[in-house]
Amino acid sequence: MRGVPLHQSSTMKISWFVIRSNSLRLSFRIDRRVPLVLLLLLIMTLIVMVISVGYGEYPIPHLDVVKTVLGLQSSNSDYVFVIHTLRLPRVIIAFMVGTALAIAGTLLQGLTRNPLAAPEIVGVEAGAGLAAVALIVLFPSIPILFLPIAAFAGAAIAALLVYGLAWEQGSAPIRLILVGVGVGAIASAFTTLMITFGNIYDVSQALVWLAGSVYGRNWEHVQALLPWLVVFIPASLLLARELNTLNLGDQVARSLGSSVEWQRALLLITCVALSGASVATAGTIGFVGLMAPHLARQLVGNAHEGLIPTAALVGGLIVALADLLGRSLFAPIEIPCGVITAVVGAPYFLYLLYRNRNT
Amino acid sequence: MKTDTSTESALTTRKLSLAYADTTIIEALDLAIPAGRITALVGPNGCGKSTLLKGLARLVKPKAGVVYLDSASIFKLSTKEVAKRLGMLPQGPVAPEGLTVRELVAQGRYPHQGWLQQWSQEDERFTEQALAITSVAELADRPLDSLSGGQRQRAWIAMTLAQNTDVLLLDEPTTFLDLAHQIEVLDLLYELNQTQNRTIVMVLHDLNQACRYADYLVAMRQGCIYAQGIPTKVMTEAMVREVFGLESRIVADPVAGTPMCVPIGRKSREARLHQG
Repeated sequence: MRGVPLHQSSTMKISWFVIRSNSLRLSFRIDRRVPLVLLLLLIMTLIVMVISVGYGEYPIPHLDVVKTVLGLQSSNSDYVFVIHTLRLPRVIIAFMVGTALAIAGTLLQGLTRNPLAAPEIVGVEAGAGLAAVALIVLFPSIPILFLPIAAFAGAAIAALLVYGLAWEQGSAPIRLILVGVGVGAIASAFTTLMITFGNIYDVSQALVWLAGSVYGRNWEHVQALLPWLVVFIPASLLLARELNTLNLGDQVARSLGSSVEWQRALLLITCVALSGASVATAGTIGFVGLMAPHLARQLVGNAHEGLIPTAALVGGLIVALADLLGRSLFAPIEIPCGVITAVVGAPYFLYLLYRNRNT
Repeated sequence: MKTDTSTESALTTRKLSLAYADTTIIEALDLAIPAGRITALVGPNGCGKSTLLKGLARLVKPKAGVVYLDSASIFKLSTKEVAKRLGMLPQGPVAPEGLTVRELVAQGRYPHQGWLQQWSQEDERFTEQALAITSVAELADRPLDSLSGGQRQRAWIAMTLAQNTDVLLLDEPTTFLDLAHQIEVLDLLYELNQTQNRTIVMVLHDLNQACRYADYLVAMRQGCIYAQGIPTKVMTEAMVREVFGLESRIVADPVAGTPMCVPIGRKSREARLHQG
């Protein structure tokens, strides 16, 4: 074997950050940019959250927000009530939903090898929305905990439909998008039907929720969403390596010893669970699952070990920021954060569509 | 060395039949790939040579028959176990946008990794080695889509090398490359075979290159093997006529001395007639 130049090992340490223990037989590798990017995103998210919690008809100074949340200042009971009961759960929900949608988008783009794929574009969100509205309108007395399960089922059916109709030997990107948009439109039509014929009180409930908003969300919603994230975010991180392999194409992945069908099924379940749970919590917040992975890829590159957490934080930041903007831009009128993300996201989607027009 | 036929087989097929949906491509094929040698599969378009290669790499499930790796059935081993011993480079693979050469080559270590052992010293060593052997080390941090076709192909070969398998299958590793890059890739494969004793099986379109680089030649026609053996025995005017439907003369390659096929074709036949 030929000798290896010495400088080789030093350049490798520049692009990758390696954690390795020989005695524990552990080793991990991420892109060198990841730790700093994650730290910066976390700081930005926290700043947005503090501003968001402080902002409102009853403004609270930022320092007091931090103190109250950390429990350092419990003397002002108004602060405690406004923050803990009204504003904090809402801000946390915005972040959690953004995180889940961004991861779902990253997984979907990776597993379809399609830069245009995202749960809101290929009809997964619309499917989840239909199932959730059906539950609200048809069974109004059912507890909130069941909403994510219905949404999961709706998302899964939509995903399987799109997958089955569009998948043909790898499937061209545009084909998947077209079928997805079609399935999404059908689901939306049924949702409208449900709203037209439903009981007026239940319908108004469903409408607030459908707009893609975190308005009025409380700790109960956090509780309903949390288990889904606790299970499926770690699952997505465990599947990161598989996505890297699948990204090289089925044949290469198979030659490398990946059980392609099995991995793809696991990835699809994870993606559907995360988007279903977030739709069940905050309605259809569009384009986050599309934008966040692209922005994250610009920041840390293609390797999914670093890409998934980065996209998650980007998504969380986007929705938290969109909610803050929605509340402040035309105050006291509140714009749902889903409208804000759509205003920014739709042109971005058109740009991506234009860039991918030849494939 | 090329006359020694009593070697062991790295890969063997027994009554192997391969099919896509209802179309049978390969029918009851018996083949033994000699270990530590270079084997070339040649044949006209659609004769099933690519399908056979995929069958050998368990990428196509057989309709009937078995593929043995050393002496174990490839379908009884776990797919990861196979991937530690057998690498395969499909034709015209595509990498995601922006993927760097080093990231690609590191992917070759996948079968040797687990959840806790994601980047061992061994992984790093084999990746560096593969980058160096294929002379893409200087390009390691460049995105794959910014490279020339030859460089890109070398990077993909480097990925399969990082996999560190005894057996290497390559489907038309020289397509879309200009002549200089074709020779460069074939020289690289020859060197790997010579210095590391790797078994190499490749589908090649160019008969003369196949004769030059392969120890063992398999000529296929309509899903069956027409002839197999050392190139001097397989490469005959009759074989070219019956397998490719082409009249030709077989002469000695002026450089390597291996058989060289000079096609006749209608134009040269007419020209010869005119000359008298």
